[in-house]
Amino acid sequence: MNREMTYARLIELIEPFNKKGIALAEATSFADDLELDSLTVMDLVANIEDEWDINMPLNILPDLETVGQLADAVVKLKG
Amino acid sequence: MTDLLSKFDPYIAEHKGLLDTGVNDPFGVVMTQVLSPTRAVINGRETILVGTYNYMGMTFDPDVIAAGKAALESFGAGSTGSRVLNGTFAPHIAVEQALKDFYGTKSAIVFSTGYQANLGMVSTLAGKGDYIILDADSHASIYDGCKLGNAEVVRFRHNNWQDLDKRLGRLPADAGKLVILEGVYSMLGDVAPLPELVAVAKKHKAMTMVDEAHAMGFFGQHGRGVYEEMGLEDDIDFVVGTFSKSVGTVGGFAVSNHPKFEILRLVCNPYRFTASLPPAVAATAEASIRKLMNAKEKRDNLWAVSRKLHAGLKAAGFKMATDTPESAIIAVLLPDQDSTVAMWHQLLEHGIYCNMSRPPATPAGIFLLRCSLSAAHTLADVDTIVSRFIAARDSLSAMPAA
Repeated sequence: MNREMTYARLIELIEPFNKKGIALAEATSFADDLELDSLTVMDLVANIEDEWDINMPLNILPDLETVGQLADAVVKLKG
Repeated sequence: MTDLLSKFDPYIAEHKGLLDTGVNDPFGVVMTQVLSPTRAVINGRETILVGTYNYMGMTFDPDVIAAGKAALESFGAGSTGSRVLNGTFAPHIAVEQALKDFYGTKSAIVFSTGYQANLGMVSTLAGKGDYIILDADSHASIYDGCKLGNAEVVRFRHNNWQDLDKRLGRLPADAGKLVILEGVYSMLGDVAPLPELVAVAKKHKAMTMVDEAHAMGFFGQHGRGVYEEMGLEDDIDFVVGTFSKSVGTVGGFAVSNHPKFEILRLVCNPYRFTASLPPAVAATAEASIRKLMNAKEKRDNLWAVSRKLHAGLKAAGFKMATDTPESAIIAVLLPDQDSTVAMWHQLLEHGIYCNMSRPPATPAGIFLLRCSLSAAHTLADVDTIVSRFIAARDSLSAMPAA
């Protein structure tokens, strides 16, 4: 799966959760920059799962700290 | 030295900010006397308890107290040991027999708390390479059970069977799967569409576990829970419950007809690496469970007061978490933390104790004043509760805006 297209669509999915309106980039952190709480992250994950028809196990979430890491994980899960 | 507690500074600041506004601490209520299942003294004032989960009002039942006293005298204050070593006494066997009789199952395993029952069941049933599929609004004990175990964890949108179907469909067909549901969800008091959810689980060949903590005693012909009420007795693999709500003491359990169920006692850490319940607690639970088998008057009254409170608060203009009274949890929605805390404080000043709930205990962005009714409440109590809700709201609107 194309990393560039995945990243672009991911940004669109994250945007509704970007309450502070910051500029999203590869290194943007979900906890520190976007200040997403764990419940909000869960909603975002559900949307991502449906977009790419994947399951994103809760166990891997703690390792996905930035937008770029999340894009890599989606590409990997989609295979 | 790095202060390990400094990571909690934001919580410390938030809690201090809350208390600095002069309200009672919603997380620091002390009952100096407990007068009955529905009355206690808080801040020197007799208060109506509407947030205790004491659904069947069993805490002061004379037979229950007598059974506890007798066991305390004859078996001592505690077991000082694990169920698999020195901690199994006659009352532990008796309470497990009472559970088997109550649920009509072949097996029952008692844990020391409801939290540990979920922790143990979830972490032990699903192992490495298996999948747990849980409702997004599952109780913290279920999420923590997932963390303790080694299974892959997938969640589906709350009570949404189409969403469950989609997520199960993405999993390997031959993998072990455990779908975890709750009969009544404790925050909003909403009931799960179990027939649809269980049908989807079966279609994908998943095993099912239902937590009926908030339904025991008053859902289904025998009071077994929502799954019984909805005719799913032959379809659920494991039922988890607690003694700390309808039963009126403390402890947790799981019941099942699975022929290999008993092996969990030897492989489940939250069962075998903790002390068993004090024998007096096991004896009170047994007495209470046996009385709950014939508690029609209590359950009829519990439903009557629950329905009346929902109708009364709705008529008074409060925004209810569910359109209709679905369970014995009647929750009022509020817009934000400040208004919720202010109203909760005023209610306590008016002699009403209910629960203040906020994220992360509640689903995202939801603030609640949660009432739970008891069979020991009277219809007249409900009139008083509603009038005090109105008085508390009036006293808030009479205050100058901060």
